[in-house]
Amino acid sequence: MSTLTDPPRASFRLSQLIYDTRYRSITIQVVAFILILAGFAWLINNTVQNLAALGKDFNFGFLSSAAGYDINQMLIEYNNQMSHGRAALVGILNTLLVAFLGCITATLLGVIAGVLRLSKNWVVSRLMAVYVEGFRNVPLLLWIILIFAIMTESMPQPNQFRGAEPTASMILGDHVAVTNRGIWIPRIGFTSSISGNESVAPIDGAAPLATGGLDWLLIFGTLALSLITIRFVRRRSDRIQEATGVRPKTWYQQVAILVIPVGVVLIALGVTVVAPYLKGFNFIEGTHLRNSLIALWIALSLYTGAFIAEIVRGGILAISKGQSEAAFALGLQPGRTMSLVILPQAMRVIIPPLISQYLNLTKNSSLAIAVGYMDVRATLGGITINQTGRELEGMLLLGSFYLLLSLVISGALNFYNRSTQLQER
Amino acid sequence: MSDTHAQTVSYVRDTMLPQQAPPLTEVGVIKWIRENLFPTPLNAILTFLSLFVVYWVVSHIGPWLFNGIWNADSLSECREIRNATLGPDASAACFAVITERWPQLIFGFYPSDAYWRPVVALMVFFVGISPVLFDKLPRKMLIGTLAAPFLMYMLLWGGSIWGPVVIGLGFVVGLVGFKYLAPINSLLATLSAIILPILFWLVLAGPIIGVLNAIAPIGFEFIQSKDFGGFTLSVVIGIAAIILSLPLGILLALGRQSDLPIIKYSAVVFIEVIRGVPLIVWLFTASLLLNYFLPPGTNFDLMLRVIIMVTLFSAAYIAEVVRGGLAALPKGQYEAADALGLDYWKSMQLIILPQALKISIPGIVNTFIGLFKDTTLVVFIGLFDPIGLAGAIRASTEWNGIYWELFLFIGVMFFIFCFSMGRYSLYLEKKLQREHR
Repeated sequence: MSTLTDPPRASFRLSQLIYDTRYRSITIQVVAFILILAGFAWLINNTVQNLAALGKDFNFGFLSSAAGYDINQMLIEYNNQMSHGRAALVGILNTLLVAFLGCITATLLGVIAGVLRLSKNWVVSRLMAVYVEGFRNVPLLLWIILIFAIMTESMPQPNQFRGAEPTASMILGDHVAVTNRGIWIPRIGFTSSISGNESVAPIDGAAPLATGGLDWLLIFGTLALSLITIRFVRRRSDRIQEATGVRPKTWYQQVAILVIPVGVVLIALGVTVVAPYLKGFNFIEGTHLRNSLIALWIALSLYTGAFIAEIVRGGILAISKGQSEAAFALGLQPGRTMSLVILPQAMRVIIPPLISQYLNLTKNSSLAIAVGYMDVRATLGGITINQTGRELEGMLLLGSFYLLLSLVISGALNFYNRSTQLQER
Repeated sequence: MSDTHAQTVSYVRDTMLPQQAPPLTEVGVIKWIRENLFPTPLNAILTFLSLFVVYWVVSHIGPWLFNGIWNADSLSECREIRNATLGPDASAACFAVITERWPQLIFGFYPSDAYWRPVVALMVFFVGISPVLFDKLPRKMLIGTLAAPFLMYMLLWGGSIWGPVVIGLGFVVGLVGFKYLAPINSLLATLSAIILPILFWLVLAGPIIGVLNAIAPIGFEFIQSKDFGGFTLSVVIGIAAIILSLPLGILLALGRQSDLPIIKYSAVVFIEVIRGVPLIVWLFTASLLLNYFLPPGTNFDLMLRVIIMVTLFSAAYIAEVVRGGLAALPKGQYEAADALGLDYWKSMQLIILPQALKISIPGIVNTFIGLFKDTTLVVFIGLFDPIGLAGAIRASTEWNGIYWELFLFIGVMFFIFCFSMGRYSLYLEKKLQREHR
């Protein structure tokens, strides 16, 4: 029987490549592949010809030659005799610094604004709506330039702090000086530092933002260990609660675990707070936050905060009221309702767009160019390119850095998405 | 019963009392204030805090804003007027910079006798886009939509009118070829729709334009791209990129959802690479590196390069938005289209895309808002967008030292554009929700 219904085994015809769905997808892909390869070949051929015409070659050797330019803000040791590669690294760290600071403040602002915008309080919710709409609808670049202009034009000069009757004064108990050259904040020094650098020595000119890397590592390491221990304490009381129904009081243990080890480490390191003071024409000691950093940081936080506010608002609205009512019906208290029922569900809605906002903030930090902040675009993609004439290599490295950063962040996002996905049928 | 009552109760009311007004705290303004501003202590604190913020902002900016001086030729004259009328300590904005430099902020260095051209081009754009935005308008207006890009190019850049006309004719040639061949062989028709216009542009267009120019040299004065500036530049780059990036973005999204691995992965790589790198790096690539990638000796317009880069950039973002729409459709829709025997393009065109695009409209509009705001970044590669012009105006001797008025003006203009786009997206969202019910 089967022989009757079998299709005639005709020989392969060329037209089958187009009309037969079995072969058509292969045809299309082969054609597309050839076209893409041809396109790349064309681009590379052009590039090779152009490079040859300009008498340039393609190598990354310039990264190890001396940079010869100064960078006004650095988190690691750097001077102009060090290599272009080191300068790029300083720029990368500056980008990451402003992105990190911006993400933290933007999240705080965004969560507060998003929750307050849902408030029944008319004035507060209107004010938050004005904030959100105002920042979402005006270019970030304008905000950066505006805040930079406010910092440089409207703030007092350092010499206004001088004399018997100064026209400007330091705030927060003479610890913070807001001037038109930037903001000086107290620096935390260590009298018995383990990293060995002169920790309380005055830093002038192009100063690193912080000193004593090893000391900080020790402090944060202790803090992390304390937090892990606190988790164990909580788990233990969870177990006791499940077994006996009574939750032991552990809050004083938790506070002690959090405070005592860090306190001991701080005392052992001899921590001191060094306030800035006026000397000569400028403030010295303390940590100098430049106007460029401040403007970029504030503008990025306010701008991204407005977007995060909308995300948070959407996330809270997405949880139906029945969820909290059901939790109340089960007898959960409001705090437990929030932490066990509402937040885990809202987080699933909030986190993915939140992380893509972090990504946007990091990429937007390249607008540092508007205020002269020395980020990776300014060092590797700016001065290094201008000095060495290696546009192609420099831009390639710059693009790869940003690409790598966003692939890492979106990889983390995908991992999170997979782990919190609703398990549907 | 009644007589016992008569003995024990001295007084019984036999008429109804008139209805009393509710207590003062439960009506009108007071109730509203109690419920909306001071329901709890925390809320009261928040209210006072917000009122203080509002007061602080208004008391600092209000006088400056309302004392604004609108008629002066320079900042020093502004200050003289302020000293004469309000005293030297008063704060007063000098909006005269906007009235005086208005044409420059709007049109850049566009020749002043041709200012009507960008204005008309913008009106053409609105007429062209209106049938797309509001579906109550007659569908015949869509023909105008197709003609609008050519008309706008003619108005903005000028030159002989035959160039855009003949280029447009190429599309018509392709369409006619498709119409005639479609009944015979669909593959041949598709190929001819692509190849015929290209052949037409490469071989015939040049001579035809030459002949037409010789017969009837009509056209506008040609205006170079470097004369574009101010909001004209932002809007031209924004609109061009919006128009071009939507179809490209949809194609990329379809590519990313495709079953064919090579197509899929090339779309993925393209989208991720574009999205992973900041626009400013792409703009520098356009201005510094594009000459490396093109055949030796080619050199083309910076503005065109920027438009291409911004288009590719926002196409990648739109692709992600549309992909979200495609993924949100129930699988049954795809299967139903297959079951009806529709081929890939037919099923996309008739079943999938109309629904997917509907879902993704808010996201697409948000991308466009972002794109329009991002047009300010062109200042870093030497084009004079409003922010660049603000710097140029500040550099002139008359207006040296003026900051806030220009920022305010630029900010308000962008706010109006972006806010109205956002409102339109909300309107559309509401309308589409109603349709789903």
